[in-house]
Amino acid sequence: MSELSELYQELILEHGKNPRNMRSMEAANHNAEGFNPLCGDHITVHAHVVGDTIEDLSFEGSACAICTASASMMTQQLKSAATSDADSLFEQFRNMLTGPESNADAYEQSLGKLASLAGVRRYPMRVKCATLPWHTLKAALEDSADIATTE
Amino acid sequence: MGNTTAHSTQTPTTAQSTFDVSAIRKQFPILNRQVHGKQLVYLDSAATAQKPDVVIDAEAAFYRNTNSNVHRGVHQLSVESTDAYERAREQIARLINAASADEVIFTSGATESINLVASSYGGMHVGPDDEVLITHMEHHSNIVPWQLLCERTGATLRVVPVTDRGELDMNTLRELLTTRTKIVSVVHISNTLGTINPIREIAALAHGVGAVCVIDGAQGLQHLAVDVRELGCDFYAAAGHKMFGPTGTGFLYGRKELLDAMPPWKGGGSMIRNVSFSGTTYADVPARFEAGTPHIAGAVGLGAAATFLQSIDRQALQSYEHDLLAYATEQLSGIAGVRIIGEAADKASVISFVIEGIHPHDIGTVLDNEGVAVRTGHHCTQPLMEQYNVPATARLSLAMYNTRDEIDALVQAVRTAIEVFDV
Ligand SMILES: Cc1ncc(COP(=O)(O)O)c(C=O)c1O
Repeated sequence: MSELSELYQELILEHGKNPRNMRSMEAANHNAEGFNPLCGDHITVHAHVVGDTIEDLSFEGSACAICTASASMMTQQLKSAATSDADSLFEQFRNMLTGPESNADAYEQSLGKLASLAGVRRYPMRVKCATLPWHTLKAALEDSADIATTE
Repeated sequence: MGNTTAHSTQTPTTAQSTFDVSAIRKQFPILNRQVHGKQLVYLDSAATAQKPDVVIDAEAAFYRNTNSNVHRGVHQLSVESTDAYERAREQIARLINAASADEVIFTSGATESINLVASSYGGMHVGPDDEVLITHMEHHSNIVPWQLLCERTGATLRVVPVTDRGELDMNTLRELLTTRTKIVSVVHISNTLGTINPIREIAALAHGVGAVCVIDGAQGLQHLAVDVRELGCDFYAAAGHKMFGPTGTGFLYGRKELLDAMPPWKGGGSMIRNVSFSGTTYADVPARFEAGTPHIAGAVGLGAAATFLQSIDRQALQSYEHDLLAYATEQLSGIAGVRIIGEAADKASVISFVIEGIHPHDIGTVLDNEGVAVRTGHHCTQPLMEQYNVPATARLSLAMYNTRDEIDALVQAVRTAIEVFDV
């Protein structure tokens, strides 16, 4: 149970249940679909970008708690951010999940709530759940027509 | 409902008296291991079954004492390995009651077996105005080879619907069968729903319109005694690794007169009689369909698995598994929020379920943490997931070595998941 509660922290369960910014977006000018065929996570990310700023960010779909919480926190963190921030945040997020363990604490500062997903690193089969929203956001910002996957 | 198997009626009491599960468990060494500090509870045999000592030992003994290529050398080891390889073919033929060992072709699994039929038989007998009939409950490996065949030949793929209970809509199946139908390919036991399909009836219907009947038997042999002649099918595709044999093994049963008339599908060594640039002639069946060096040690292990299965009282095993299925169904149904998908009257010990408010992938992780191995996902049956309007399911699949205690462990772990997610 203790290992489990490290993975499924309160914050993750709460975002999984009541995701923020889970909605469609009429004004979106960047959209992309993401799919993880392994587990069936299937989401769409919508962004309204003006100049270099992500004015609005949302997602829709059906996904596991890890993926949903990651998408929820991602949209919170990057709303009103610069598009270049999306890249650097993704880089840090990915490092937290797959990089050297010793750095884990350092991510608290830069990643905020997203640091609660650090426990996913012990579940290699679940890392892709956490990164799917980010791959999908990347595809949206790059206007990629392909369905984003975590491969 | 056609009473297609011996286990359709409940006979749980005889199961205990003649089926000794603890004696079976002793033969599967992996069952002793721990996972995350807990005793392993392996409920994923539909993905691949665990291996008994006799299979592990047969494969290891082959490498230790006999290893060499088959059909190639005059030296002693080659003679012995050829004997061992061909003996394995006979062991399988006996298990399924084939008319001769020549009707058994070694493959890498059910997928390759189906592709062989689609490519060789299909390529020869299916044309632009013809139809291939499959069902909505097929595994991707009994869908995609036929889609490829239809793309190549211009034929049409027809699909028999599945009822909400998870049974084939037999009336529509009858309607879809016409003289245009050349191949009917149906799963014996659904890996997602557990449904046991009425194969005898389907084979007879297919023959009625002049079509051949292919059975995807990937999930068949580990649960049922299969007699291919009694079933009346023309081809039976089997997965060795799901019937307690080594991974990377499988076979195709085909009626001899059909195989004899079929062209090769892969070219190479062993499948030829004579090669020349003015024209190559092909070997007889089964060598014609086994190009290249086969998985010899795997075939030997699979032969051992076939003999192992034959040594078991199948009637008692079926009753035992039926009892486990009934118990697991009852226990899971008793948990608020759990929905079982697949309620066919004739069902093997496979249960797909979902829990309201918890994604199957999260269920899988919580269960794994408790040492309970189940499969989560679409189980390579995406059309079925769509029909039931779920992105995925959690699936437990019970084999001969599972027990009621293990089902209790699963149920406890499901309760833990519900607690963690507070649904
Ligand atoms: C019903 C069914 N058909 C086909 C297959 C494919 O078998 P294999 O992996 O041996 O090729 C499977 C196994 O996943 C299955 O369950």
